[in-house]
Amino acid sequence: MENTLDGNAAAGTLQAIFPFEMTLVQATCTGCGTTNPIGATAAYMHGMGMVVRCPVCDTALIRVAHVKGRYFLDMRGVRVLQISAEA
Amino acid sequence: MERTALPGRLSWQLGEVVATQQETVRTKSITLALPTWRGHQAGQHMDVRLTAQDGYQAERSYSIASPPEEEHRLTLTVERLDDGEVSPYLTEELRVGDQLELRGPIGGYFVWEAQMGGPLLLVAGGSGIVPLMAMLRHRAAVGSTVPTRLLYSSRSDADIIYRDELDRLDGTDQMLEVVYTLTRAQPPGWTGYHRRIDTDMLREVAWPSDQYPQMYICGPTPFVETAAASLVTLGHEPGRVKTERFGPTGEA
Repeated sequence: MENTLDGNAAAGTLQAIFPFEMTLVQATCTGCGTTNPIGATAAYMHGMGMVVRCPVCDTALIRVAHVKGRYFLDMRGVRVLQISAEA
Repeated sequence: MERTALPGRLSWQLGEVVATQQETVRTKSITLALPTWRGHQAGQHMDVRLTAQDGYQAERSYSIASPPEEEHRLTLTVERLDDGEVSPYLTEELRVGDQLELRGPIGGYFVWEAQMGGPLLLVAGGSGIVPLMAMLRHRAAVGSTVPTRLLYSSRSDADIIYRDELDRLDGTDQMLEVVYTLTRAQPPGWTGYHRRIDTDMLREVAWPSDQYPQMYICGPTPFVETAAASLVTLGHEPGRVKTERFGPTGEA
């Protein structure tokens, strides 16, 4: 079952991987070139993991799977990730 | 040089249920005490993880309903989904004294703090009221006078979560206005809105775009998309409209 949520729901998983406040991280889409905070993206949760999509053009920005204690991140939809190093 | 600490990677911890409260037939508030809690901001959420005896795990996100000012404990309000994997357990089985695996607080995007100012527009569909209630409770706790309007869509009178508290806040705070719309059933003599949120309703309730309000919408995905598109139609910048969607849990 596909469950449409948003980048806020993806944040828990992303923040288990990265030590940053991930909803405020800015992602530039390879599809349309727009830059949006992860918190404003659309996230789709599957049994296998999740897909974070561009809110403008729907390109898959980040795919995350968690299998046998290992995270797999496919980030080919992200051209640039901007992370604030200050909380 | 002093540096603000990064949030750091999230890890799971065990919280203990210290109180529960039935809010409506379908929703329940669960108050937890956590061993390490560094506080939260209004609008943030927690992930909850249940593990079955065979090792199967299910995770869900639930918004925090309590304000940051209530220290050392936090309250989640959970809506029961009949075919859900997690919410029936949380709303029906969980008891005071039980332990629950959680991680958080999560999210720095969908948050409001009094110093961010306003005017403030909150738009809630169904249990989408929960993170917005944390904002209203925070606003009340710090004595903020930021002009605030809440537009809250529910199916019926009995589905309005936090009804008494919202009416009390609305009645005592001159700078707060609470507007309900009941989409499916209205009590006799109801004079409020009785349809789903649309552009006309938001034109009447929302602050005009030239006042540059802070806007937060939370509810089921179609509800959030309709409300956000309407606010943009009314001239608000898309970047000022912050949204939090949850999965298809029925209409608000």
